[in-house]
Amino acid sequence: MDNESKPVVLSVEDVGVSFRMYAKGLRRTALPVIRSLGLDVCAGEILAVIGSSGSGKSLLAHAILGILPGNAEVSGTIKYNGKTLTSALQKQYRGSEIVLIPQAVDWLDPLMRVGKQVIGTKGSKEEMQRAFARFGLSPETERLYPVQLSGGMARRILISAAIVGEPKLIIADEPTPGLSVDLAKETFLYFRELADRGAGVLLITHDVDLALHFADRIAVLYAGTTMEIAPTRDFLSGADALRHPYSKALFDALPQNGFRPLAGSQPYAGDLPRGCMFAARCGMRTDACFADVPMRSLRGGEVRCIHAT
Amino acid sequence: MRLEAHHLDFRYPKTDKWILKDVSLTVGAGERLALVGPSGSGKSTLSALLSGCLAADAGTVLWDGKPLPVKGYCPVQLIRQHPELSVNPRRKMGKILCESWTPDKALLEKMGIEERWMTRWPAELSGGELQRFCIARVLGPRTKFLICDEISTMLDVITQAQIWRLILDVTVQNGLGLIVVTHNPALAKRVCDRAIDLTDINAARP
Ligand SMILES: Nc1ncnc2c1ncn2[C@@H]1O[C@H](COP(=O)(O)OP(=O)(O)OP(=O)(O)O)[C@@H](O)[C@H]1O
Ligand code: SF4
Ligand SMILES: [Mg+2]
Repeated sequence: MDNESKPVVLSVEDVGVSFRMYAKGLRRTALPVIRSLGLDVCAGEILAVIGSSGSGKSLLAHAILGILPGNAEVSGTIKYNGKTLTSALQKQYRGSEIVLIPQAVDWLDPLMRVGKQVIGTKGSKEEMQRAFARFGLSPETERLYPVQLSGGMARRILISAAIVGEPKLIIADEPTPGLSVDLAKETFLYFRELADRGAGVLLITHDVDLALHFADRIAVLYAGTTMEIAPTRDFLSGADALRHPYSKALFDALPQNGFRPLAGSQPYAGDLPRGCMFAARCGMRTDACFADVPMRSLRGGEVRCIHAT
Repeated sequence: MRLEAHHLDFRYPKTDKWILKDVSLTVGAGERLALVGPSGSGKSTLSALLSGCLAADAGTVLWDGKPLPVKGYCPVQLIRQHPELSVNPRRKMGKILCESWTPDKALLEKMGIEERWMTRWPAELSGGELQRFCIARVLGPRTKFLICDEISTMLDVITQAQIWRLILDVTVQNGLGLIVVTHNPALAKRVCDRAIDLTDINAARP
């Protein structure tokens, strides 16, 4: 897809998120969980965000929606349709033009029947019924309370609640764990339709297989920053087409590929190395990797690695 | 030795809908079974019954021909999808890890559990890091059977591969039986030697 010609719905520019924490004796420290993160989503596009557990994917979603906890500090710029998203604008668009499908299922109101929650303030009963039919929820589900749902049912309720109405930007945070392959496909297919009608979709997922089938581009996150942004076809053609050593390692770890793990673990936000965040686990590391590593363009994508070719 | 379920019936308290009806199942030590089935079909509920975390309304669960112990360590251990719900938030990781046995250094190294995490609180670790503790703490010699209920869906694929490799090593080494609840067919194929669809052995239609 040619992104140059499509308007940019969401742009995240050099964003950082850090938490103010109290260390011993009321000393305040800042825990930088996201650093120099940049990506954008065009109208009509699904951008999948994959990457390590704990790399800040949910926090990125919460930063866009303006719903981070009070002790979080955001730097950098987030724009929606070219306008900087201030907290007033976030509030105005949240739940109507910009919607979140949250990762945690405890976002549902425990005291309200789920049908009512799906209709919300902007939907209609017909829309709710259509969403239920589409996601394989029986009509009786409408009358249940959240505790009566299985994990997979709760997830489908959250998806239904987000998509009634006609959102312009959908931020989906791990929408499919616990769903069968068919239901997960149905969900992604729905995102595809919304995108084809002109919405932008930011899809955070560990389900690389499904992302590969439905996303236009893929952003790879590690330790709070973007490591690579690549067209989906590069992931389909295999590790060689990818740019960053971490993206290649993700590819090789899939059960249908090598199922190969990678020694070591992601650095902790309170204890970050200098230079490349991936250096400790990288086989291509040289001394030069311990200096600043900026994002750069390479073969029609972007990569944060000085040795990538 | 084997894990047997005979004619299990179950419904959640104060509801009249049967989730499981007449469910029977046998898995031998050393066997690796994938338990599959649509969302809401009762896989998590069955996992909880098989590990003694829930009690059946009728029917029996036997390990090695005897009912699961009501007190003391259960030889059938369940690892759940959400590690943050499975640990005591007011205990440091070092304590949590050694709740039922003391894993050796080699195992911790293989799991990618770092020494300096031991003094942290659960909230200071990511989901993937925390799940490694939840797994390591049940891999001791007293565990004879492991039930993994969607333990890796929230993890990136590298961590998944790492953790599954290790679980497989330990199950082979200690001769453990394994039930894996998963929606990922590629994973089921990698990890298990056979699969059962719960809807095929469940007379209830939840
Ligand atoms: N506390 C509860 N009270 C009443 N009903 C419940 C409760 N917990 C679960 N259920 C019901 O039990 C059924 C099975 O739930 P369970 O979580 O075991 O399904 P599952 O197969 O694991 O589903 P999923 O794959 O979606 O997580 C569901 O129909 C659900 O509505
Ligand atoms: S910058 Fe260096 S350490 Fe980082 S990924 Fe590239 S080669 Fe590896
Ligand atoms: Mg379940």
